[in-house]
Amino acid sequence: MNTIVKYVALDLVRNKIVLVYTLLLATLSFSVLSIDSNTSKGLLSLLNITLLFVPIISILFATIYFFNSIEFIELLLAQPVKRTRVLLAEYTGLASALCLAYALGIGVPVLFLSPNMAAITLLVSGLLLTLCFTAMALLIFVLFKDKTKGIGAAIIIALFFSLLFDGLLLMFIYSFSDYPIDKPILGIVAFNPIDLARILMLLQLDVAVLMGYSGALFKKFLGSATGSIYAVTCMLFWVIVPLMLSRRVFKRKDL
Amino acid sequence: MPKAIALLILLFVCRQANAGVIHVYPGKGRQIQNAINRSNPGDTILIQKGIYNEIDILVNKKLTITGISFPIVDGGSKGQLFVVTHDSVTITGLQIQKTGRSSLTDMAGIRLQNVQYAIVQNNKLYYNTYGIYMQNSHYCTIIDNMVSANSVDELNSGNGIHAWKSTHLLIRNNTITGHRDGIYFEFVTDSRIENNVSTKNVRYGLHFMFSHRDTYINNQFVDNGSGVAVMYSKYVDMHNNTFRHNWGDAAYAILLKEISDSKIMHNLFIKNTVGIYMEGTSRIDVRYNEFKENGWAMRVQASCDNNSFEMNNFMSNSFDVATNGTMMLSVFKNNYWDKYDGYDLDKNKIGDVPYYPVSMYSVVTEKIPTAMILYRSFLTDVMNQVEKVMPSVVPDQLKDDSPMMKSWKLK
Amino acid sequence: MINIIELTKSFGKFRALDNINLLLEKGQAISLLGPNGSGKTTLIKSILGLVIPDKGIITINGKEVSNNWAYRSHIGYMPQIGRYPDNMSIGQVINMIKEIRSEEKKYDDDLIKGLGIDKLENKTMRSLSGGTRQKVSACLAFLFSPDIFILDEPTAGLDPVSSEILKEKITAERNKGKLILITSHVLSDLEGITSHLVYLQEGKLAFYKTVEELQDITGELKLNRVVAALMQQTQPKKMSV
Repeated sequence: MNTIVKYVALDLVRNKIVLVYTLLLATLSFSVLSIDSNTSKGLLSLLNITLLFVPIISILFATIYFFNSIEFIELLLAQPVKRTRVLLAEYTGLASALCLAYALGIGVPVLFLSPNMAAITLLVSGLLLTLCFTAMALLIFVLFKDKTKGIGAAIIIALFFSLLFDGLLLMFIYSFSDYPIDKPILGIVAFNPIDLARILMLLQLDVAVLMGYSGALFKKFLGSATGSIYAVTCMLFWVIVPLMLSRRVFKRKDL
Repeated sequence: MPKAIALLILLFVCRQANAGVIHVYPGKGRQIQNAINRSNPGDTILIQKGIYNEIDILVNKKLTITGISFPIVDGGSKGQLFVVTHDSVTITGLQIQKTGRSSLTDMAGIRLQNVQYAIVQNNKLYYNTYGIYMQNSHYCTIIDNMVSANSVDELNSGNGIHAWKSTHLLIRNNTITGHRDGIYFEFVTDSRIENNVSTKNVRYGLHFMFSHRDTYINNQFVDNGSGVAVMYSKYVDMHNNTFRHNWGDAAYAILLKEISDSKIMHNLFIKNTVGIYMEGTSRIDVRYNEFKENGWAMRVQASCDNNSFEMNNFMSNSFDVATNGTMMLSVFKNNYWDKYDGYDLDKNKIGDVPYYPVSMYSVVTEKIPTAMILYRSFLTDVMNQVEKVMPSVVPDQLKDDSPMMKSWKLK
Repeated sequence: MINIIELTKSFGKFRALDNINLLLEKGQAISLLGPNGSGKTTLIKSILGLVIPDKGIITINGKEVSNNWAYRSHIGYMPQIGRYPDNMSIGQVINMIKEIRSEEKKYDDDLIKGLGIDKLENKTMRSLSGGTRQKVSACLAFLFSPDIFILDEPTAGLDPVSSEILKEKITAERNKGKLILITSHVLSDLEGITSHLVYLQEGKLAFYKTVEELQDITGELKLNRVVAALMQQTQPKKMSV
């Protein structure tokens, strides 16, 4: 398993798209952080970049990569290794390459130019997002036979989570604003990894505002470490659940 | 006649020279009170190191009471400790601790009652309901004291330094923690509060009402339950204070209610839920302040008028300004707003288009706090941008017509 | 060696394999023939465990294939299309498979040398032609001297010289008593290698006979003539169905 992870990652760190992705992130971070003396404003811009680009790039790139590797995966499966191991190794290799790209592109400049808790949180949420969306790409890969359909599904998923979900949530909040909906809202956001990543960051940057709302649950939940732990846990679920599902489906998948 | 004067002076000097020193040692009974009873006006009472279990020590003469290496005067949670009823008393170098707690009287570590020219200096006041309590007293000086308690709620606690119906007080270099209000003024005028540190008090770091012509300089108010509250006063000057980390649903770095003709300058507001909350204020000059990383830098209610906000820095606040109406009778001018994304074509360092400090989403969350969960999402960013292009929700009178392109160098 | 019992596999409504029974023995070189879509690749993939059968059992050396992976250490597989991660070099691909099959320490690098792959070690897979990639696949299949070779269109895309080298290698391995299963459209390439023919038609096993038997039946000597004659025989049958 480690062998496959190693070689997949080795392949990907020399992949042009991964390199361009890393450079793009690095350029954005340096320009955003060095232009403005106000680093928390820079962090905010990087948060927006992270929330917008990381999910779509991760899921699209990973989906395409998995579908392109189908023959290679077949070859690996013809070797004496466990089926699910090959799959998880492919995932791990790809996810680590993309995480490395993010860590180098955003993490290093951010920690270098403004080493604080908010920067670490940004790094963590970006990495978790990468893991989540790569895991979803893997699920797409095992569920769809056809590459084009798979890419379509990836785009739809990315758009759903980055735009549509929030729109629906906002509509829900508007229409039920007279009811005590704090608890359901906290439950609902768990279904969107992008929101979870954003809330992680919100807890760093805007906790002062969050403390200002009288909603006892919000305050108790978001004001303490519980909020961060909740968000991270939910995001980890977003990694583990697609992986488990993929593993299950892949066991019975014909190649 | 000159002879008479000379005689008087002589008499006076002799009297001073005659002023005795009384040493007090720990022992049975009311050692300190006995010493005071024995003393003559003008004497110095030197309290030696040790523990004195005494309550309700009445100081009714002009005396200087000095502790040597902080002797401990312990009230055993029963009554008050020093009650001063004579002018010009000085209390220094004592550790005064554990007053009683009562709902009828405000039990204080040191109570100054109807006196003038008292000096309370360099004492440690621990676990008292009220630390230093001034009542109808004037020209008193409270400096270099450490006042701390471990209150947990507002009901069962008192204030660190409490003043009522007094004038011309000087409160300087004190550290107050863990009381209900750090410093409490009611009907106190012409006084000066400087270089104090007031932290972790259950309610307000500083609380004053009906107190005119007071000055607050170089104080730090950190981590108090609700920050600082200033109500029903006029001619208040607040300079160079730091307000930090006052968090909560009713927490304000400064809450101003019915204040007029005052100045708030060169203060630093950092990481507070609300930097300045204003309700019914008039003619307040808010200038050269820095607002950083607050939830709301300012909350200016529509009931305020003729205030001016100039040359302040607003940086990294979640929301810059919030208000509750569409009226705005105050002026924003030449402030630096880090969220401003206008341009400066004529290169005069002032943005060419106005800045609207009330963001659309702050209006939304005002109505529906739960919507905060979506703050900073792509969707809400889009909403904010749309609002910038076509303002519909944001109060359009609340704007800074000449926002700065670069932040002010303050302090 | 390979025993296939009542193997059935459908993709949706399409029946790719229909009740196949086959017993493939050591020393045999079996050519797997049949028109497109007759189930050749599905059969191979079933043996490799890539396709999960609906029904039936495959055993290799007496061990069942399903939910098992260790048996694949006996197999060398050369896929029809060899695609590898773009930025891996040939050397890396070979090392990787070596590391995966780390229990096997003796390597057969005849083909690596014979096909000149060792000289291309540092080339990335992206830069290779289809033929060269095919050579890499061949090398990998033979690297561990397994007991069973499964070769899917091995000579397609190879230049004549390489094709000849590969055929020699296949013959050599067969002579060592290995089991070789080949699919190929180029019948002339199978000439002299094959000992048995398996013919699949619409997922059904049409016949499984030795080359000699078939030569007797058809009276033809050349393999492509044999097959052509057989196809003519089977054709009317298909019409009558």
